[in-house]
Amino acid sequence: MAFMLTGRRAHPSLATLGLAAIIVTGCATPGAVATPSPAPTLAATPAPTTAPAESGTPAVSASPVAAGPNCGTDPVTLSAYVETISELVPKLSEEFTKQYPNVTWDIKLDTFANGSANLPRLLASDNAPDISRAAMLIDLAKDNLLKDMTPYEKAFGWDKWPQAQFEQVRINDQFKRGTGPIRAFGLNQSAVGVFYNKDLAAKIGMTEPPKTVEEFDALLAKAKAAGLQPIMQWNAATSGGGLAFPLQNLMASYGDHKAINDWVFLKSGATIDTPEFLQATQKLDEWIKKGYFPSDVNAIEYTDAAGRFGKGEGVFTFNGDWQNGGYDKDLPGKVGFFTFPQNVGMSAPLTFVVGEKSKHADCAAFFLNWAVTNDKARAINVAVGGSNPGGPADATIPAVSADSVMAQTLAAGAGVTANSGGMDFIANATSGIFFQSWTPELQKLVGGKTTPEQLLKDVQAFWTKDQ
Amino acid sequence: MSSPDRPGAPAARRRTSRLLRGVRRETLVGWLFVLPALGFYAMFVLQPLVLSFQYSFYDWDGVGPATWVGIDNYLKVFADDELLGTIFNAFKLIVFFSFIPVSLGLVTASVIRRAATGGFGTVSRTVLFLPQIIPLVAAGIMWNWVLAKSGMVNQLLTAAGLGGVTRAWLGDFDWALPAVGMIGIWVLLGLTTLLLLTGMTKIDPALYEAARIDGASAWREFISITVPSVRNEIAVCLTVTVIAALAAFDVIYISTNGGPGLATMVPGLKIYILSFVARDVGTASALAMVLVVLVLIVISPIQRLIRESDS
Repeated sequence: MAFMLTGRRAHPSLATLGLAAIIVTGCATPGAVATPSPAPTLAATPAPTTAPAESGTPAVSASPVAAGPNCGTDPVTLSAYVETISELVPKLSEEFTKQYPNVTWDIKLDTFANGSANLPRLLASDNAPDISRAAMLIDLAKDNLLKDMTPYEKAFGWDKWPQAQFEQVRINDQFKRGTGPIRAFGLNQSAVGVFYNKDLAAKIGMTEPPKTVEEFDALLAKAKAAGLQPIMQWNAATSGGGLAFPLQNLMASYGDHKAINDWVFLKSGATIDTPEFLQATQKLDEWIKKGYFPSDVNAIEYTDAAGRFGKGEGVFTFNGDWQNGGYDKDLPGKVGFFTFPQNVGMSAPLTFVVGEKSKHADCAAFFLNWAVTNDKARAINVAVGGSNPGGPADATIPAVSADSVMAQTLAAGAGVTANSGGMDFIANATSGIFFQSWTPELQKLVGGKTTPEQLLKDVQAFWTKDQ
Repeated sequence: MSSPDRPGAPAARRRTSRLLRGVRRETLVGWLFVLPALGFYAMFVLQPLVLSFQYSFYDWDGVGPATWVGIDNYLKVFADDELLGTIFNAFKLIVFFSFIPVSLGLVTASVIRRAATGGFGTVSRTVLFLPQIIPLVAAGIMWNWVLAKSGMVNQLLTAAGLGGVTRAWLGDFDWALPAVGMIGIWVLLGLTTLLLLTGMTKIDPALYEAARIDGASAWREFISITVPSVRNEIAVCLTVTVIAALAAFDVIYISTNGGPGLATMVPGLKIYILSFVARDVGTASALAMVLVVLVLIVISPIQRLIRESDS
């Protein structure tokens, strides 16, 4: 310290110049540094031809229409950036390499939260992964980071498949979902609803799943009176507000699930601040006040809730079929599933995207298409992913054990599809809405720090602000 | 750097050589030693700081084109109750992260110095310092279990006949912040104790002897000799822990993620959520700059304490 203070002013200033040089190098307008080069913009324009004109894919250049995009015969390394929680892509990749030995894999795993945070920058980089798990599509589409999959839609005949599976991955030029080019691909169609512990349900005299809110109410009251935990749920901010699941089921019971989809898809003028949805939120509030949820629900994380339900704590739990494996392991043959209201449920595609800068986009798209059309892949999809693989209308669903919960979620999912009762999750409306609005607001509802009226107003205001 | 035919170059070179002649050799060598560290400091501390300052004037999602918005992001920080609330929470954390660990650390260090000599002293120092070695993420997960509804804290309370006060501490609106604060105390007490103990070993034992001859009590010794003698160390402890409180992130991210509601939302976590979840880099940077200024405002009086004691 004393050395520096001896008055040799020339050196600090030299050093300052050096420092300034290093610092200033990064001082261009932020967007100019990170904006993707114009090339991807051109490439993103839907190609009029049936197959994307990618160079380096021999099959395409030889016979674009007949062969369609594929992985060719030259060695290809596909890179993937997917969730640690799911074995789906790693298992599928093994089978894929068996069938197409020229394709090897470079798979990187990350937690869902980290993945969501990192993905925009990864997709914008020169080493963008070919296949990535992405739940929030709008912002990525705005930044032109997602491949327009229209050419693949034609080449693989997706336009002839049941279209419900593509509704949530279509993004139009106003950056609203529901219509427009396909920007992501669902490897399976998850089903979300109510799981129940068959033994405990029998104890409270439940012979068939409740069809109305009144019937559900009566069962919950019986469970409470019997000293059971009526509903096991998570609502810790570390996992995100899991009370959004029962709330959405109640919203679809009192109101129209199509209105919920409009809201999630950001249709202008859509609102959740309506008398029907208020009734739903009031019912949730009533369930909270009556002690139907655990008193520590605000501190319960997702894995705790799944574990506690597996240990027999809770007659019901609102969750998705991705947890099937866990429930079947903890309570084999003793877990049932129903959608509530009947044949309406959250059913979201497990979305994967091909990066606009992907170097092997054709091969990546070929893999995604293969994963839901190849019989072996579909079997892996059901066994590992736990959900309906979707795909063409005539594709068979691989057999599962009849007493497994998976058999029930698949049947329920089929019921939802037949009824066109699918809806996207209210947490997926905007990128910030789940952790910045739904989660704190639902926690406040539990803590008595907000009212159902105020909750809907606050979330609606955030929805408007965050678009 | 400069080509020979550039006009004005010879003059510049003359200036440079005169400058270099005036520099003592050892000074240059000294700067060479400092250069690598300075380079890293510029690259990884100063550059991000300057970039954050720049980003705070833009509306930017981190990838796409950025729009200049002037001071709008700062206006947003000061107009938004939620963002201001995070700053208030950070100040509440100072009590737990700073005041309590420093006060307790003073007492603990003093007790260890007087009573715990030899092996016992080493063991107690190690045990107290242990939380500093455990990664905070692991500590956060561990405390999640300890503070859960069926966790150790509630088991102990129930065993002591206090079953009525048990709760899910991290999920309770009134108790989540103090509970997170408890984790902070656990982490930082070892650090402050060790720093203060080091300071106390420098105190001349003759001072204590003289005080004892004069009939001073242990309390009197503590107040009149120990505390004034470790004034510098106290200032260092306060500086480190106040920064830890105002810039808290990891423990809160793991244990509550800002919940319940926004009861434990602090600027560090909000900056992370704004930039990586909401992808609002501009507002996140503005909040970060406000936090930097706040830290400087709070820290500078403590620094003055050091300087005064130096003079």
